[in-house]
Amino acid sequence: MGKRLMKGNEAAVHGALMGGCTHFFGYPITPASEISQAAAYYFTAAGRTFLQAESEVSVINMLYGAASAGARVMTASSGPGIALMGEGLSYLAGAKLPSVVIDMQRAGPGLGNIWPEQSDYNMVVKGGGHGNYSNITLTPASAQEMFDFTRKAFELADRYRMTVFILSDAYIGQMMEPVEISGPVLHGQRKDWAVYGDSQSRKNLISSIYMSPALQRKHNEELQQTYRQVEQEVVDYELYMADDAEIVFVAYGIVARICHSAVHALREQGIRASLLRPKTVFPFPKNVVEDFAKRGIPLAVVELSSGQMADDVSLAANGNVEVLRYLTMGGETPTVAELVSSVRRDLATLGSRRSS
Amino acid sequence: MNHVRVRDDECKGCAVCVSVCPKGCLAMSGKLNTMGYEYVHFFHEEACTACGLCFLSCPEPSALTVLAEQEVE
Amino acid sequence: MIGQVQKFGKSDSFYDTYERKGEGEQSTHYCPGCGHGTIQKLIAQAIDDLKIQDRTIFLSPVGCSVFAYYYYDTGNIQCSHGRAPAVATGVKRTVKDAIVISYQGDGDLAGIGMTEIVHAANRGEPITVFFINNAIYGMTGGQMAPTTPLGRKTLTTPFGRDRDRDGMPMGMAELMQAIAAPVFIERCSVATPKELLKTRKAVHKALQNQIDNKGFSFVEILSPCPTNWGMSPVDARTWMDQQMTLLYPLGNFRDSVTKQDDRPGDQEEPLWLDDEALVDLLKGASDVPVMRMEPLSETQRVKIAGFGGQGVLSAGELVATCGMSEGLAVSWLPSYGPEMRGGSANVSVTLSMEDVGSPLVDHPNVLLVMNGPSLDHFEDQVVENALVFVNSSIVTRKVRRTDVRTIYIPATDLAQEAGLVSAANVVMVTAYLLLSKAIPLDTLKRCIPLVLRKKAFLEKNLSLVERTMVYLQENGMV
Repeated sequence: MGKRLMKGNEAAVHGALMGGCTHFFGYPITPASEISQAAAYYFTAAGRTFLQAESEVSVINMLYGAASAGARVMTASSGPGIALMGEGLSYLAGAKLPSVVIDMQRAGPGLGNIWPEQSDYNMVVKGGGHGNYSNITLTPASAQEMFDFTRKAFELADRYRMTVFILSDAYIGQMMEPVEISGPVLHGQRKDWAVYGDSQSRKNLISSIYMSPALQRKHNEELQQTYRQVEQEVVDYELYMADDAEIVFVAYGIVARICHSAVHALREQGIRASLLRPKTVFPFPKNVVEDFAKRGIPLAVVELSSGQMADDVSLAANGNVEVLRYLTMGGETPTVAELVSSVRRDLATLGSRRSS
Repeated sequence: MNHVRVRDDECKGCAVCVSVCPKGCLAMSGKLNTMGYEYVHFFHEEACTACGLCFLSCPEPSALTVLAEQEVE
Repeated sequence: MIGQVQKFGKSDSFYDTYERKGEGEQSTHYCPGCGHGTIQKLIAQAIDDLKIQDRTIFLSPVGCSVFAYYYYDTGNIQCSHGRAPAVATGVKRTVKDAIVISYQGDGDLAGIGMTEIVHAANRGEPITVFFINNAIYGMTGGQMAPTTPLGRKTLTTPFGRDRDRDGMPMGMAELMQAIAAPVFIERCSVATPKELLKTRKAVHKALQNQIDNKGFSFVEILSPCPTNWGMSPVDARTWMDQQMTLLYPLGNFRDSVTKQDDRPGDQEEPLWLDDEALVDLLKGASDVPVMRMEPLSETQRVKIAGFGGQGVLSAGELVATCGMSEGLAVSWLPSYGPEMRGGSANVSVTLSMEDVGSPLVDHPNVLLVMNGPSLDHFEDQVVENALVFVNSSIVTRKVRRTDVRTIYIPATDLAQEAGLVSAANVVMVTAYLLLSKAIPLDTLKRCIPLVLRKKAFLEKNLSLVERTMVYLQENGMV
């Protein structure tokens, strides 16, 4: 099967169209603009709908409207734009509307810069808006996964009636790699809850209001039940060279790629390093983390943030083992050499602590 | 004769219909409904032209119904 | 026979009973004398008359009318505060035959949602907007709205609305008039029977426009809020009639006869591609064959650097495309952003027999420098025994490192001699691939057309590859 060399940003748009997405609403922001640009071309050329909105606030509400009318919908943005979408994302969750949102993370807080960070983790994985809700969050680490995950996201969104995030970063989006445009074109089905403006759907209501505490509580409990089901059914991760691990990197996105190289570099030096790469961070692969922790295998979280995912790792490790944190902020990325020397230093410290 | 049917329990006593009726066919009833509002009553069938202004200005969907006298089969 | 028949009564477009508090009710949640109830009846009546109940999707905003969906037996969507025009846009662009009604109050439309309404109007979304102007935030208990008159006391203007502090009352119909796209703009009132009948007509017209796909219709309706105004329902209407209309003059602002369908657009609406055509579109023409004959001796960690406009990124793309066409694992990662504009540019390319781990090339074993600053920046980062290619047409100094293999090649000069102003990148890539033996020359020639943007220069580029090879041979480099 032939492949095309393309950027992760472009691959996402290909994945969306193959995933049956019919409506893309966008607003420019570096480093996610290329996704909207590619969508403007491909969605229009394919007779689907691309519209540039007046703001991210409008974008997320256009998604809300199109999803209410049963469409498979999508947008892409970066931290500041996702933050503006917060209320709309909460409404989507409250009204149980399926949607797909890509966050190409950049450095913050504030305007920050356009280099990669992973500092939107809490905002995206823990909801981002008001109220008790979660988003399924997929974390691709290659252009191919930008394609695959985006395509799959529409099925997940429809199945669980919730927002699916593609939590990526500036590097994964900018990077060109060979991508295979695979699989049949998926299509959304008619939804019995959507509002189509016809007699069949006339009684339907899209809303997130439950006036009494008892009804609101029931609604919240149903949402939580869906999230527990998602935790059982959707969790996904990759284990790399993990059978004989003496230390396990935990990383996603571009950092997982760097750790992949660091695993090889450490093994060349006789240290049996491994990699746990979450492909979903909600649901978080806590069982596999817990398993390593119980076996006393130290975990090294490598993350472009203050430790937002590391907190989830620590929670799952539950004090059973050391959770090392190799954190970088501001748009810089750790080098393979830096990771190798950090691991050597920390393993030595751990070893001497154990033997003393 | 024409007639305006008032559902007492849906009337909130705002009196807008009383104020707009060109013929003065409606008035406050002096009685309270179960919500506690003084509802209107229709009392002047002879003058009513079934113009519908009372109905159109009333904020409630079905507190008032205007019936017109006409040939029926 | 003479009998009585119903001439005015409850609309079919309303539910029989309202389940707002769990049990069927007949009356609304509105206060006595509220304008919302009156206006919503007019809308329901128009839906009945136009026979569009099945097609209607009613958007309930945040505000007193948030519960409209309890009353309308139509499709219903409850929206966040101010965003109904954006939601309506999403709906209408999904179900084009639906009749989409955005019903918004003044805080919703003229305050928090000003952006959404202006842009939906400007796009000429073929929807119907009913703007209920009662000059107050009702649902939250009576705070100042953008439309509150000067001097009016509200909960947040306890001493009256002040021009300097709070600004002037906002005239939305006038603002709409400043936008070219809307086809129908009217301001009316429910203060008197006469105005009420005009409102009924405007509501009807605004919906008929949508049925006819004419475009964006906007009806501003002055409406009483007796509760928050502190007036009796009758007095509130009198005040509206005598005072509020001075501030907000009634009348039609626009009634275009042209149908949206009759207006020439800039573009034809593209056809919906079926699955097969879609896959063809996405796979494109860039599918390249996979035919690697021999293994790569060493993973290539390539850094190409120069200034913007030297074709640094496309040089990288050419290398990566060559690698991919040979079935190698490849990655291409640019430096990007503001620094790319007029400044320096660099790209990291990896060619490998196995999956590429980090696409970041911290320590290249191949460096292609197109200008002086790039050599200064990257010279110290390359590994021992790296291949360093220097564009000697531009870079005047020599490489200081003695533990690397350096190749000086006047790439800019060779390109210009070949009649190509900006093809020094092709010279550099050719030199690299030939000397490193990473990619055969034939593959390079096959891949140039896949990457080259200006197809007219293909022949010249291919002969430049030959010329570069001759130069290297003449100078004993290969």
